[in-house]
Amino acid sequence: MATITVDGKEIEIGDNERLNVIQAADRAGVSIPFYCWHPGLSVVASCRMCLVETGTKNKETGEISMVPKLVPACQTPAKDGTVVVTNSPKVKANQNFVQEGILLDHPVDCPICDQAGECWLQDYYFEFGHQERRADIHPFTSKRRELGPHVSLFADRCVMCSRCVRFTREVSGEGELMVIDRGSHAEIDVFPGFPIDNKMSGNVNDICPVGALCSTDFLYEQRVWFLEAQNSVCTKCSTGCATQMHVNQNQLYRIQPRFNPNANDWWMCDAGRYENQFVTAPERLDGVVIRRNNAWEPLDWPHAIREVYNHVADVALNHGGSHLAVVLSPFLSCEEAYLLASYAVSILSDVTLVVGKIPVVGHDEKFKSGFTIRAEKCPNRRGVEEIVKHFGKQPLDWDGMLAKIATGEIKGAYVTGGYGDPWIDDAEAAKFEHLESLVVQDILPSPLARRAKLVLPGVTAFEKDGSYVNHAGLIQSASWGLRPHGGAHVDGQTFSDLLGRRGIYNAADVLKELAAKVPFFARCTDGVPPAGLNLVTGQEKHPLTTELGTVTHPTPTFRSEGSRMLEVETPTR
Amino acid sequence: MAEFEPVLLANIHKPDSHTLSVYRAAGGYAAIKKVLSTMSPVDTVELVKASNLRGRGGAGFPCGLKWSFLPKDAPTVYMCVNADESEPATFNNRILMELDPHQVLEGIMIGCYATRAQTAYIYVRCEYPTAYKRLHQAIQECYGAGLLGQNINGSGFNLDIYLHRGAAAYICGEETGLIESLEGKRAWPRIKPPFPAIEGAFRKPTVVNNIETLANVPHIVNRGADWFKSMGVPSTNPKDPGSYGPKLYCISGHVNTPCCVELPLGVTCRELIERHGGGVWKGRKGKMAIPGGMSMGLLTEKEFDTPLDFAGPGKVGCLGLGTAAVTVMDETVSIVDYLNNACRFFAHESCGQCTPCREGTSWSSRLMTRILSGKGRLKDLEILQSISQSIGIMPGTTICGLADGAAWPLKNALGKFRGELEEYIKKTNPGGYQQEEPAMALVELAHH
Repeated sequence: MATITVDGKEIEIGDNERLNVIQAADRAGVSIPFYCWHPGLSVVASCRMCLVETGTKNKETGEISMVPKLVPACQTPAKDGTVVVTNSPKVKANQNFVQEGILLDHPVDCPICDQAGECWLQDYYFEFGHQERRADIHPFTSKRRELGPHVSLFADRCVMCSRCVRFTREVSGEGELMVIDRGSHAEIDVFPGFPIDNKMSGNVNDICPVGALCSTDFLYEQRVWFLEAQNSVCTKCSTGCATQMHVNQNQLYRIQPRFNPNANDWWMCDAGRYENQFVTAPERLDGVVIRRNNAWEPLDWPHAIREVYNHVADVALNHGGSHLAVVLSPFLSCEEAYLLASYAVSILSDVTLVVGKIPVVGHDEKFKSGFTIRAEKCPNRRGVEEIVKHFGKQPLDWDGMLAKIATGEIKGAYVTGGYGDPWIDDAEAAKFEHLESLVVQDILPSPLARRAKLVLPGVTAFEKDGSYVNHAGLIQSASWGLRPHGGAHVDGQTFSDLLGRRGIYNAADVLKELAAKVPFFARCTDGVPPAGLNLVTGQEKHPLTTELGTVTHPTPTFRSEGSRMLEVETPTR
Repeated sequence: MAEFEPVLLANIHKPDSHTLSVYRAAGGYAAIKKVLSTMSPVDTVELVKASNLRGRGGAGFPCGLKWSFLPKDAPTVYMCVNADESEPATFNNRILMELDPHQVLEGIMIGCYATRAQTAYIYVRCEYPTAYKRLHQAIQECYGAGLLGQNINGSGFNLDIYLHRGAAAYICGEETGLIESLEGKRAWPRIKPPFPAIEGAFRKPTVVNNIETLANVPHIVNRGADWFKSMGVPSTNPKDPGSYGPKLYCISGHVNTPCCVELPLGVTCRELIERHGGGVWKGRKGKMAIPGGMSMGLLTEKEFDTPLDFAGPGKVGCLGLGTAAVTVMDETVSIVDYLNNACRFFAHESCGQCTPCREGTSWSSRLMTRILSGKGRLKDLEILQSISQSIGIMPGTTICGLADGAAWPLKNALGKFRGELEEYIKKTNPGGYQQEEPAMALVELAHH
């Protein structure tokens, strides 16, 4: 073990942890301010906010020899015997001067700045700045300009930390952003005609510590202190990025990545971040409808549950279980898939369980840092497959089911959807036309729903609790942030009602049950930590058990709670 | 002391001194021949170490020591030659490159042999077209004569020299800024460690030397380390390696004959002005002088007797010897003009990477503009003082030394000429010089 002394307090870190002084001090409960350093980017040590005094302690004599200069904590490795002083007058004077320098050219337009409330400059100035403002020169001002479809630049607020530039060079790999001009005139910009429009561009808004880069999509929509954050998981592809949805008054304002070293590190793609209009689409299904006399009639939920049973159980009981197909969509959470599969086999044990249609678009896109947008555009294929394998006598995939429908072997189907994008075309849906009974549970109208006998509205991942297993076998839990749309019920509630269970559906309880019943999920007995559990390899990169903060929030409260985000190997230039 | 015989500038007055034949006629390329045939690279490093040759670029780091830092078994080593001579009023490298480029090339060859580098890059500043042309021509001549390329003189030593032109930025003279610029990047100095000797240009061990430093090397080889150490000022402080050898001094400003002279290290500023610069012009008195480029600070007239060696200027509060480019200002020069000029230069040349330097230099420049325009307040001097103490690599607040260069003119002017500054402010702003409150927006002074 290596022993490090931070402000007189000794802490021990592992020999192979390769922490820098910011990370080591954080372990000791001391937060060192910084702008330019980011655990996922190279070290430039240019903001000079994290300067501290360091020295080495002689193990035998206990004598401490200090380095006369200030050194950047982000660049200094924490080694055995390192002594760090973060509260000396010299350190404070530098923090003071850096804050003052940054504010020289800063417009201090916090009342109209989107970043206010989560701005590092704001927070740090209160903690480390001068009380009075000595600078009385005219600040430089500039207008907002758009660097790309999702990125707006307010150059006058920039602190030149160059995080965004490094992001485009080291993570997304496109390198659209650059620094132009020199000295105090330096600005972030793009080359004319080459906007920042890569598929990860939204991340630069997150990593900007101040209000210089703002999300055009979120701009002036909401003050951040009104937003409530809920941990979620992105359902746009099978990478399953850990996210946070920011909600106020049942309205989704933005989605940000949440640090998870097992899935997405600090990043997420623009599709997951911005393409969630389906949640509030006006055409969302919002009540149960049943086809009677060739017309749709609304139905209340208690009757709907009975009707589902009538529709599906009749087929199974009349023709035999294998003639009923129950389709488990890859958009269902594991808990829901488990309940639905349990329900299916409770009718007759040989009911055909089908893994729903797996939407695949193009190829996997791998970025420079290794972050991948996967071609498989659904969150839970792995989880649903495991459940279908466990419960189904003859598990089928979507195409296998279509074949059996064509041969007339399958006479009734209960299809669950939940796809945010159109997922079935008219020709494919027409194959279901001659079925005796067709129950569709989905969030948006589709050619299939038009042909159904009974349509049940479901909800999106933003509206329900549940766990999803990503491409690598990592299970992560998402919480609900929005109330179910219109008259829709949470899918899990519907399945729970179908099973005849009483009370409100509780995903956590169902997950425990699932863990006890299905060996693949055995590790989830005590729930799923924020960084997830890998059910395939059985080990995670960082077994995090505490609540994680987001990387964009540096306030001291966040640091003490979410300090684990810092403990990641820092790439050096 | 016997009359000093110049060696570095021995050839420059000959016609066509930049050609290979003239250089050869004066005994040129004997040193590289001697090195290749009789000395091993280690011997060469030891010889230069023994001579105590210190870097002439400004920092004065011992050259032999720098060479010995390179890893012994590195397959690829690069030599970068710093010819980005941008320190105001410095022109000794230009004279060497324009009038005796072969001397420089010979120094580079020996340096490369000693450091086992097979590729050298000469980073020439953009504003030196003649130097570029002459160096280019000289390199071509060397390739023609078999002095460059593969298997030089049958010794098995290979060397290629490439010329690279900068794009006119002061920061490219900082060694890691130079390397970044050479790699085609923005010239933002790198954080150290790793030092260039471990990881420099193209991520390979790299040694960066100044033109004048390398020009000294052939003479050390020819005449020996003892000859080199016979000149200059020995050190009394064990931590100070002493100042030996000849040095090119540039004298400019308010003197009768601005020139570049070669003298042993340790000549006093007054001797330079009186004897070599022809005295202060127009019969006026000298008021102050910059000892070695703008970033080194200021000498007052009383301090003109300071010896200009590596340790001398530091004893009177200057940053150091720097490039030994003395700029003389006569009694008519206002300290406010000088300081405004210095601050504006560094604000313009700050690369903008480190916050303290970027904001500190720009703030000081804007304050000086305000003082100059007659709206200064005594409080501004306090701010300038605090800026000068907050920025630089010495307190550790910046990555490179540019900020120290920006701080020293402020420190020296405030320390040595504070009375004059205060007087100027009181005279030009009689109503408001004592004002403590922040000035109202000052829109009319937004021209920064």
